[in-house]
Amino acid sequence: MYPGAFEYHRADSVAQALSLLGRFGEQAKLLAGGQSLLPMMKLRLAEPRHLIDIGGIAGLDAINEQGGRIRIGALARHDAVASSDLLRRRLPLLAECAAEIGDLQVRNMGTLGGSLVHADPGADYPAAVLALEGEIVVEGPGGRRTLKAEQFFLDLMTTALKPAEMLVEVNFAPLSARTGGAYVKHRQPASGFALVGVAAVVGLNQGGAVERCRVGVTGLAAAPFRALAVEQALTGKTPDARSLADAASHAADGKDALSDIHASADFRAELARVHTQRALEKAVERAR
Amino acid sequence: MAVVPKFVGERIKRREDPRLITGQATYVDDLKLVGMLSMVVVRSPHAHARLKAVRLDKARRAPGVVAVLSAEEIEGQIGTLPCGAPATHVPVHPVLAKGKVRFVGEPVAVVVADSVYRAQDAAELVEVDYEPLPAVIDMEKALSPGAPLVHEEFGTNLCHKVETPTAPFEEAALKADKVIEFRLVNQRLIPTPMEPRAAAAKWDAGMGQLTLWSSTQIPHMLRSLLCGMLQLGESKMRVIAPEVGGGFGCKLNVYPEEALVGYLARKLNRPVKWAGRRREDMAATTHGRDHVTYVKIAAKRDGTVLGVHGHFICGMGAYLHLLTPLVPGLSTLMMTGCYKIGAASFTEEMVFTNKMATDAYRGAGRPEATYMIERVMDMVASEFGLDPAEVRRKNFIPKDAFPYTTATGLVYDSGNYEPALDKALALADYRKLRAEQAAARKQGRYIGIGVSTYVEICGIGPSAILPMGRGWESGTVRVEPDCKITVLTGSSPHGQGEETSFAQLAADAFGINIDDVTVIHGDTAIVQYGIGTFGSRTLALGGAALMMSVEKVQAKMRKIASTMMEVPPEQLVFHQGTIALASDHSKAIPMAQVVEAAYGYKQPIAGVEPGLTETSFYEPVNCTYPFGTHIAVVEVDVATGQVKFLRYVAVDDCGRVINPLLVEGQVQGGIAQSIGQALYEEAVYDEQSGQLLSGTLMDYALPKADVLPHFELAGTVTPSPHNPLGVKGIGEAGTIGATPCVVNAVVDALAPFGIRHLDMPLKPEKIWRAVKAAQAKA
Ligand SMILES: Cc1cc2nc3c(=O)[nH]c(=O)nc-3n(C[C@H](O)[C@H](O)[C@H](O)COP(=O)(O)OP(=O)(O)OC[C@H]3O[C@@H](n4cnc5c(N)ncnc54)[C@H](O)[C@@H]3O)c2cc1C
Repeated sequence: MYPGAFEYHRADSVAQALSLLGRFGEQAKLLAGGQSLLPMMKLRLAEPRHLIDIGGIAGLDAINEQGGRIRIGALARHDAVASSDLLRRRLPLLAECAAEIGDLQVRNMGTLGGSLVHADPGADYPAAVLALEGEIVVEGPGGRRTLKAEQFFLDLMTTALKPAEMLVEVNFAPLSARTGGAYVKHRQPASGFALVGVAAVVGLNQGGAVERCRVGVTGLAAAPFRALAVEQALTGKTPDARSLADAASHAADGKDALSDIHASADFRAELARVHTQRALEKAVERAR
Repeated sequence: MAVVPKFVGERIKRREDPRLITGQATYVDDLKLVGMLSMVVVRSPHAHARLKAVRLDKARRAPGVVAVLSAEEIEGQIGTLPCGAPATHVPVHPVLAKGKVRFVGEPVAVVVADSVYRAQDAAELVEVDYEPLPAVIDMEKALSPGAPLVHEEFGTNLCHKVETPTAPFEEAALKADKVIEFRLVNQRLIPTPMEPRAAAAKWDAGMGQLTLWSSTQIPHMLRSLLCGMLQLGESKMRVIAPEVGGGFGCKLNVYPEEALVGYLARKLNRPVKWAGRRREDMAATTHGRDHVTYVKIAAKRDGTVLGVHGHFICGMGAYLHLLTPLVPGLSTLMMTGCYKIGAASFTEEMVFTNKMATDAYRGAGRPEATYMIERVMDMVASEFGLDPAEVRRKNFIPKDAFPYTTATGLVYDSGNYEPALDKALALADYRKLRAEQAAARKQGRYIGIGVSTYVEICGIGPSAILPMGRGWESGTVRVEPDCKITVLTGSSPHGQGEETSFAQLAADAFGINIDDVTVIHGDTAIVQYGIGTFGSRTLALGGAALMMSVEKVQAKMRKIASTMMEVPPEQLVFHQGTIALASDHSKAIPMAQVVEAAYGYKQPIAGVEPGLTETSFYEPVNCTYPFGTHIAVVEVDVATGQVKFLRYVAVDDCGRVINPLLVEGQVQGGIAQSIGQALYEEAVYDEQSGQLLSGTLMDYALPKADVLPHFELAGTVTPSPHNPLGVKGIGEAGTIGATPCVVNAVVDALAPFGIRHLDMPLKPEKIWRAVKAAQAKA
């Protein structure tokens, strides 16, 4: 539990953080809430020579609605997301998901940006960010760019973020009328991470048929993903026990499920199907 | 003057808690001594490998490093780790691996530096050449011919075997309607106290004396054993157990790091500290359980169990720690539980594997026995379509049969099992629960009701029945010159709360306030020799020793008072801070006057020495046997295999209760650990590589508050007839009664699928697979 030696730098702005990142390159790591990085350092699984603390950058934790989008700064703590009035009204799925992360201490420190960049295969946020079709804004030496959530998560703890870049914001369109969302999670009993977590967004038309369906799945595979087969199967259907079960049965289609001492690949796939169905049921109920 | 209340039997809050919850307690790792060095241990990453070379040069040259040692450097200077119980094969257990490593986490070298960070940096520079060997992880495979040998010199992995004649069981089988057979696994667990192990030492060169701080349950025994290893006289070593953050049995031991810090402090003439990190604590602190049992039950159609035979295969791990081969013996002794079972026999095989040694873990042997016999009772019930509660009642040892000699040769001191069962059934409203269960099943909901009726063994004694003896405990009572009382106990509480319960006892005995009593423990230079805290013995034995000393001091004070008051001492009692005439409390003198007479001693009293200190050693005549009934109600989500608690009712009988709050705390913690074993916890080693896959708290699932039920607790009181306080012990009962109760509940929930047994931990996947297999068959 004793990390290797490192030098500590405090960044006061995004520009300063990026300049430090540029200067130290591979030897540097950004430190946000420290809830993933510090444990890795204590186990000496990560031994950065330079830590650039972005935790104090003013304004980077803002949560607001601007230009028709709900914008959440990279430094927004899990607890701030879970308890934000704006999000609970306009994007309740995200608040619900944040409340499921870790324990209160972890939620008080951990940040949205840190969770997404760390990309633990059992992290909760990615499921919701995928289902809500979030846009991820990153800044680097070449300026700003915006990535779709689906483009962001590449593999086990691997994202489309480049080494010299930093995640600065995630933004979303608020849910429209007759649309509901839900996050359902099966906890890994030791870590509390998602063995499988499913976020579903369902929008209904006037006639009660599914107009829009988005499903994000975390925990099942090396990287979180959109369960497109589920979405397609449900779109246009009237949601009932049968159509929901049918759609959910595709939750693990084409995915290499992870396997470890907590759950085999088979069981993870089954959990994905069961929890997809349950998430869809809840989302439909909330849409109605 | 305000009336002093009575304390015994009251819900007195733990006096130790304020310092614990405000961060004012001092644990080993809080010690800071001038010039203190840090020790870090280099551990084997292999389960089984030959040690070709250990190269220390690079580490020695690292900044801040003071010493780096491997087995070679300490050759002949530190003795081997002791095993205090007999076994056919007792391997040499060096503090640093020699020739071979035999489990992941085995110490290979130590680095001492001026800071823990630099010690850790240098530890990474120790280069070890390993030649990996095939590892043997599974106990049953370890016994098969051709298995890799953990210790070649024995030619076998069988450490020890005990067999009893099977004739009585065979006779019972002839009379039985059915002999039921099944196999059950009591998985290996990692005790995981809040505070990992830690030790520190300081050598006083002028005095030739070593002070050793350790997070231990047994300071005096540790001193005796370490003195042997370090070749020091017992009066040249002081062992201090400062605040100890839990032990659960895994700190009832002697570990390499304790000997090493002691050795190094002397060699370097500087204080040395080692504080285990969670990961090394999980890998290299003794584990618990690890049994596979093949059971045969001879039973009659009416539920009567005539005989039981167990074939116990017990994992020792790679080495034998202090009591490793003793623990399984407690299982076989207790295998008939609280039942009148005429025939009991067993074969017990203790097996070496390439894993950390097992040893005592909360319950130590009794949870394994109880798990077996309580699963047996449910098996019998389901075999003959009987109610599991009634099968238990039918087989109970009747209340007029005590003291009762079991088929395994124990003498249960007292018991009255039916009232506890009835009380639990009433509290749970058992009949109604069964009706609700039936209704729920019709709706496709799977509710299960589990019952377990247990008896266990506490306060183990007399000394003659223990391989190392030492079944007694000590207690000193000192009435100080200011009339306050100091109690010195040879026990070593580390979370149980005896600083509170012992003070309650002393306060009531003297008729004074609890705040006027101080309880001291855990320092061999201050406290008379004692044994320690384990096996739910502290109140039964340490409390008894305390009361013996109370009586001695009081006899002396009565004698003094009798001369002062001119009445015979037999007519005097302690009342509200005075010594008073029993027949008329108003005829009294303040205790303070008597105390002053004893210390001032201006008027010598014939036959009375000055001072007011008495020490006693209590040797029990028998163990105590607490018991109880637990009932769990669970609901299983068969689609995901998740288990949820609906109710948990426990009725425990631990004899006389000194502090109900402490009893409840022990029961709750015990049940929580049981739920851990039943549903979540398992030390998982990779079958091939022998790596500990559940070696962090991110992978080893301890139950957290959010998965625990609301505990509905009650009790009955059946005092121990031979213990002076009538108490029995409650430290482990929860861990013993609750594990089978939870498993019985889950299996009961799955009965509609024809599922009759599942092995722990009952993880969702296991349940899901069993249900799926059952559905495929149907
Ligand atoms: C006990 C415990 C339980 C937990 N349980 C859960 C759980 O149930 N579900 C769950 O999802 N998570 C869980 N977590 C993880 C938690 O959510 C972390 O907070 C999160 O994964 C990382 O966020 P952070 O701000 O702490 O990042 P840090 O640990 O500071 O950083 C993580 C990584 O992201 C990089 N990084 C951080 N911010 C940025 C940025 N803005 N731009 C670029 N790179 C960045 C860092 O360099 C580092 O590589 C748990 C953690 C702990 C300690």
